[in-house]
Amino acid sequence: MVELLFWPALVAYGEAALAYAGDARRPGAAGRLATWGVRIGWLLQTALLVVQAARAEGFPWATWAGSLNLFVWLVVTVYLVWGCRTRYRLLGLSVMPLAAALLVLARLGGGTGDGSGSRYSTVFLVLHVGLVSFAFAAFTLAAGLSALYLWQEGRLKHRRPAGLLGRAPSLLTLEELTGRTIAAALPALTVGIVAGLVRLHREGGALDALMAVTLGAWAIYAGYLLLRYEAGWRGRRAAYLALAGFALVIVARVGLQLTHFS
Amino acid sequence: MLTLVGLSHSSTPVAVRERAFVPLPQAGELARALAADGEAVCLSTCNRTELYLVGREAEPRALAALAEVSGLPEDELRGVVYRLGDEAAALHLFRVAAGLDSMVPGEGEILGQVRDAYEAGAPGPILDRLFRQALHAGKKVRAETAIGENPASVSSAAAALAQQVFGELDGCRVLLAGAGHVAELAARSLAARGAKVVFVANRSEERGRALAGRFGGTAIAFEEAPERLAEVDVLVSATGATGRTLGRDEVEAALRRRKGRPLFLIDLAVPRDLDPAIHELDGCFLYDIDDLESVVAAGLAGRRREAARAEAIVAAEAERFRQWLASREVVPEIASLRAWAEEVRTAELERARARLGLSASQQAEVESVTARIVDKLLHLPTVRLKEAAAGASGGSYAEAVRHLFGLDDSGR
Repeated sequence: MVELLFWPALVAYGEAALAYAGDARRPGAAGRLATWGVRIGWLLQTALLVVQAARAEGFPWATWAGSLNLFVWLVVTVYLVWGCRTRYRLLGLSVMPLAAALLVLARLGGGTGDGSGSRYSTVFLVLHVGLVSFAFAAFTLAAGLSALYLWQEGRLKHRRPAGLLGRAPSLLTLEELTGRTIAAALPALTVGIVAGLVRLHREGGALDALMAVTLGAWAIYAGYLLLRYEAGWRGRRAAYLALAGFALVIVARVGLQLTHFS
Repeated sequence: MLTLVGLSHSSTPVAVRERAFVPLPQAGELARALAADGEAVCLSTCNRTELYLVGREAEPRALAALAEVSGLPEDELRGVVYRLGDEAAALHLFRVAAGLDSMVPGEGEILGQVRDAYEAGAPGPILDRLFRQALHAGKKVRAETAIGENPASVSSAAAALAQQVFGELDGCRVLLAGAGHVAELAARSLAARGAKVVFVANRSEERGRALAGRFGGTAIAFEEAPERLAEVDVLVSATGATGRTLGRDEVEAALRRRKGRPLFLIDLAVPRDLDPAIHELDGCFLYDIDDLESVVAAGLAGRRREAARAEAIVAAEAERFRQWLASREVVPEIASLRAWAEEVRTAELERARARLGLSASQQAEVESVTARIVDKLLHLPTVRLKEAAAGASGGSYAEAVRHLFGLDDSGR
């Protein structure tokens, strides 16, 4: 059953990624195909997660690959909020290839099959894994928005705006959305980290590399909000800061998961 | 027979077009007068006046109407107007609605003008279908191509670029440096998209006040402009100064007070008013006249590229209309066939009713069953006849139906 849902979901995400590339070259039908690819893929992956949840005892995404699967779903969910709008289609160009690639990675790690039990309680896992994954998904979207900002700003600075005039959101909109997305995600990450630290304290464990990188990402995003809203840091500097935070998210999400979940 | 008689920028000088222009209320009246024994719609803009008619002697009546509104003799008009019929007229209107026949390909205003003309006119079944399909074709072209997305003038390019920075320009504050025609044009374009001209800085205070008054802004001393930069989002500079009027340091100071909010500067003056180094500042976007003209050139080239795709969409819509129009030619045969079948059904039913002595409910059931049988028997021939009408063999099919069912026989 999970096989029947995984492959069509991956094909739909892959189709969306390709169609977004086609839409960037020639807007129109490809953009609509991409949006439908995202929608259908998301529905299929949702069904996949539901089946995994129904079959598992407890929280089914406790492994690094399982949490990656959940992370991809959250990324696409957050993206769908804006992705269906014509003006944000270009955002799909950065988000959907990443979603498809990470879903493949989750599959290779066994995260899309039947879930197995975990030694941790479900409440802890929902709080910790769920909230941290949600925050990371939102940071991924914020990074996509920042990348789109830099692309758009670069075009305006190099005075090459023709051709795609009117197709991308304005600089102010992108900046505003990035700020709001990070502001919504940081509290979730904070609660997720606190839940993990409380568990760590009770079990007497030590900080590992993943935890350190996650705390580093938290510090960068907290700094982003402080500088953005208190010191008036906007434009290119703010976008680079959001991307720096995302670099740590990717390291934490993909590079260091094995040590943390072992 | 659908007939179009009209004149436009491609066939007629402005001296004739302005005389033939008919304001919308009068265009409605003219259409109703021409539709006395048919249908009529009058589309009149600054670039065209076109009469779409269905009815007898449509062409001479349209020509006489154009002569009357323009005050020009018919003989003179005959040399400059175009006359198109059926499919060609439909294709022309679809191209007009899509902006493909406009001076600037893809301009969006024409679609609204076509809608207004249709609503004010006197359409019947044919013009109703034609104009609804034209509006659909116009919308489809704008949705599926980027023909209308690129700016086609310097002032619209400036406004479009400002939108790329700020999004909707509602609430955007503009400072005009200079009170000449060029500055005013740019300001109009920005104001049309929701921006507010708050300050006009000009060396001649009188002209500054006059322009500020037209936009509901405030006239300020020219030297005050750098200080006011922190309070606005867009600066349009078009003075007659021979040297730079604003330097990088002054803008940098203003940016610090703006707390990172971007600033968009448009330099329309030659020689340039603004120091080009301003563009290097983070959050600052400076476009001079050459930059804007290259944006416009690229925009027009983009529109022409998209026009090829738009032509394909319009041609497909025109073909659909042609098929629909052709299918109307067999409507009399279809109507006669159905009337004959109904006549046979009711006559046979009447005879059977007296013989069988059915109850009321049984009679209703038999009535319903026989009606369904007739409908089913005639459904496929009706569809095939309409399909054949769209092709070359439509006439012979219609003739065959008339012959086979004796539809031409007297008494039927």
